[in-house]
Amino acid sequence: MTKGVVKAIIENLVQVEVSGPVSQNEICYIDLGGVKLMAEVIKVLGNIAYTQVFESTRNLRPGDTVEFTEKMLEVKLGPGMLSKNYDGLQNDLNKMDGVFLTRGEYTDPLDEDSSWEFTPLIKSGDMVSGGDWLGSVPESWIEHKIMVPFGLTDEYKVKKIAEKGTYKITDTICTIEDKEGNEIELNMIQYWPVKIPIKCYAQKPRPFKLMETGVRTLDTLNPMVEGGTGFIPGPFGAGKTVLQHSISKNADADMIIFAACGERANEVVEMFVEFPELDDPRTGRKLMERTIIICNTSNMPVAAREASVYTAMTIAEYYRNMGLKVLLLADSTSRWAQALREMSNRMEELPGPDAFPMDLPAIVSSFYARAGFVYLKGGSTGSITFIGTVSPAGGNLKEPVTESTKKAARCFYALSQARADSKRYPAVDPIDSYSKYLEYPEVIEYLNSNVNPTWVDDVTHTKDILRRGREAQEQINILGDDGVPLAYHDRYWKSEMMDRVILQQDGFDPVDASTPMKRQEFMLELILEICDIDFVFESFEEVMPYYVKLINICKQMNYVDFESEDFKKYEAELRKEVEERSAK
Amino acid sequence: MATQAFQKIYTKLNQITKATCSVKASGVGNEELATVGGRLAQVVKIVEDNVTLQIFAGTEGIGTDAEVVFFGKAPTLKVGSDLAGRFFNAYGNPIDGGPDVEGQEVEIGGPSVNPVRRKQPSELIATGIAGIDLNNTLVTGQKIPFFADPDQPYNEVMAMVALRAASDKIILGGMGLSNDDYLFYKNTFENAGVIDRIVSFVNTTEDPTVERLLVPNMALTAAEYFAAEKNEKVLVLLTDMTLYCDALSIVSNRMDQIPSKDSMPGSLYSDLAKLYEKAVQFPGGGSITIIAVTTLSGGDITHAIPDNTGYITEGQLFLKRDTDISKTIVDPFRSLSRLKQLVIGKKTREDHPQVMNTAVRLYADAANAKTKLENGFDLSDYDERVLDFAKEYSEEILAIDVNIDTDTMLNTAWKLFQNHFNKEEIGIKDEFMNTYWKKA
Repeated sequence: MTKGVVKAIIENLVQVEVSGPVSQNEICYIDLGGVKLMAEVIKVLGNIAYTQVFESTRNLRPGDTVEFTEKMLEVKLGPGMLSKNYDGLQNDLNKMDGVFLTRGEYTDPLDEDSSWEFTPLIKSGDMVSGGDWLGSVPESWIEHKIMVPFGLTDEYKVKKIAEKGTYKITDTICTIEDKEGNEIELNMIQYWPVKIPIKCYAQKPRPFKLMETGVRTLDTLNPMVEGGTGFIPGPFGAGKTVLQHSISKNADADMIIFAACGERANEVVEMFVEFPELDDPRTGRKLMERTIIICNTSNMPVAAREASVYTAMTIAEYYRNMGLKVLLLADSTSRWAQALREMSNRMEELPGPDAFPMDLPAIVSSFYARAGFVYLKGGSTGSITFIGTVSPAGGNLKEPVTESTKKAARCFYALSQARADSKRYPAVDPIDSYSKYLEYPEVIEYLNSNVNPTWVDDVTHTKDILRRGREAQEQINILGDDGVPLAYHDRYWKSEMMDRVILQQDGFDPVDASTPMKRQEFMLELILEICDIDFVFESFEEVMPYYVKLINICKQMNYVDFESEDFKKYEAELRKEVEERSAK
Repeated sequence: MATQAFQKIYTKLNQITKATCSVKASGVGNEELATVGGRLAQVVKIVEDNVTLQIFAGTEGIGTDAEVVFFGKAPTLKVGSDLAGRFFNAYGNPIDGGPDVEGQEVEIGGPSVNPVRRKQPSELIATGIAGIDLNNTLVTGQKIPFFADPDQPYNEVMAMVALRAASDKIILGGMGLSNDDYLFYKNTFENAGVIDRIVSFVNTTEDPTVERLLVPNMALTAAEYFAAEKNEKVLVLLTDMTLYCDALSIVSNRMDQIPSKDSMPGSLYSDLAKLYEKAVQFPGGGSITIIAVTTLSGGDITHAIPDNTGYITEGQLFLKRDTDISKTIVDPFRSLSRLKQLVIGKKTREDHPQVMNTAVRLYADAANAKTKLENGFDLSDYDERVLDFAKEYSEEILAIDVNIDTDTMLNTAWKLFQNHFNKEEIGIKDEFMNTYWKKA
């Protein structure tokens, strides 16, 4: 192993003089009076390795010794990761002692003593290669597949496979033989470097299936698809985190990986507290049982913040390869970009726009490219849907992180300050936002055959109503209430009804917080039906009170269970109001 | 601080800037404390045997032959219950004429709390100010700044909040406080008879700028002592964080770092987060709540300082002059407390969330009506009514000098709803309407 000594310290950038070979992204440990500080090589110049330290460098001195590991930053994969709370380097936070984090304390991400009920899926004599399923163990409600390590890309012959029974993750469960006749023993654990994508699948088609989130303004207007990518930019206070939490609670995914990247600790605490209590709407089990939280809050070391999103993505890829529908959420990717900026600055690299590193767009886009819907070698499917938030400096969407992400992500959910200020939550701007997937023929076909036959046309129609409403409102503001034709008021209030009933959603109300697609379809068709009626009004002063009354009834519908007695009562009341007015 | 016998003394400075100096030295640790010509300094960069130090009191008059003595440790504070009732400078030395504090010596800017050990903030902090209690409820363990223009009475409001909030200790971290404001705080706390609950770390405009960098960490280290060791509820007041950030940018500039937006260092977000994230609810029952002041320039919240702050803190409070009633109010539109959801309707009356939202919505309608009026359009009957409502809402609930409990705020809001509107215009859930809407 190569050794080195510390030469220079600039905050968390440490230059190490090395005596032997080192590689880019190699992990090393710096010895600070017996405490080992983990660091990663990010640049090599002559015999000086520039390393970013994943801990505070307080009291580190030149001359302190360094040991290199010949390994890149990697995660440890195996059964037992579900429900865990990791830091950005995959240390199990619950295994750490004390209230405060201790420098140099690294804990095992898996429980080596735990036993699992193994069922083989292959037999001896079979040929296997990286990513193939050897067997499965039940992890919570997931059939966790034990796979051939992804790095074994050749063909191997199975010599021996363990019988059905209980094993520890460190027990050998399979012996395979390569072409040269060397035997390799496999247990349930494998390692993978986080910066390298896992590509053990057969093919990656365009995504086509709707991914329900329960959030109406997304599902109805700008749907996310299974294996799709999206991002949520918005100034502070616009509700990025609340929206992501609500997606994580209600999304139709097999499992959720949430990377809290450089954000507030109390937001993560909220998940720690709520998720073990909340029910998963699909399985009735607790939400925490399908969730892994990777938590590197803003006060934790900066370099580990960058690592945290990669750690989360690699764990997602691991589960995708088991044929699962994984939803990966990262809040916020801007903090990761800022971590890159801090390091780039300390290395005195020539800066790009706003002092971000020049390769930021490339880094962001290759990260987003790791998401996707895949056909596995065995024929089953798996997916990673990725939604990241972006925190644009000054709320300005022309800044480098937002622009880089816009090039990479297919859905754009713009949060608007104006909507947030007027408490129209979720503050997703219905007109600026888009989902590129609505243009995919395979997505259109899927929606029309699974939601209703005219769905995509209805969605387009809805967007037109909203757009015309906004134009009418602008005219009313310029010309005054009586300076515009009566129809403008009608148009504005129709869009207002669409906004308040369909787009606005009370994330804190037990019923309204999540709306299944069937209910979304019902409500949209109901509102569209009303929007298509030409009501007759005598003066503009009649318009607002009438629509406010309708909106009020619809909101009461949103607050009660779908198709319940109360729901039907309100619907009847609404229809009566509409009939009376249309008869005039 | 006296030098000790075994300490090496270096006397060859090879670089001096306005805030930093460099010296050839060996065996020095990162972030270590030192004195340069008798002034306190801290190691900020080491390249081989070339050590760069930031000198807190500035480098004026420092010679290339100044004596540099290293202490072998990062800056520390002696913590103990004796801290209570005392005033200190940025180095933690008494400025009130009292004796030095005896106690355990701890490094400032220590480690973060393990997120899984944090408790969810759940205790409401009542202030009697409706702009806060009703619309933007504060919770223990929260961090929230006032975004204020320099001409607004933020120090007065913050002192009022501090005194009314039920806390065991109030820790004031003053950065670039004018001497007048420092005396204002001192007198206010003395007159209120709470001086034994106060600990102050003050850097006034008369003190060197770079010294300020120590103040928040001193205050928060003291806060951690009372909250983590003594399980007390601690309120930390930090004013003015904009001046703290200015000091950061001076040092980073002197160290030739590439500035990012608004000439601020690229690490501003992390630097601020390290401080604000010290706000915490400890498992033992103690808590640290941070209320800060970030002064704005012309109300511009897109500047890097308020912008980064807003992304870190759990909301922000804006003050506003309501010209209709000639009083200061907490702006109901721009202010936000992110943690209010944890207590409103749970620790307060069930109708709180809906009443709050409805009142703010109606207040927004009034603002639209005002715009209409200014543009010379006729007002509808509804417009007239929301304008009347808004005035009474400001006067009876929002004005900062009104001191009432939350139930009274809610009852007053219902009274105003009934005086000005019909049921449909209110749009509150039927179950609350049935309970609180008094039948005529």
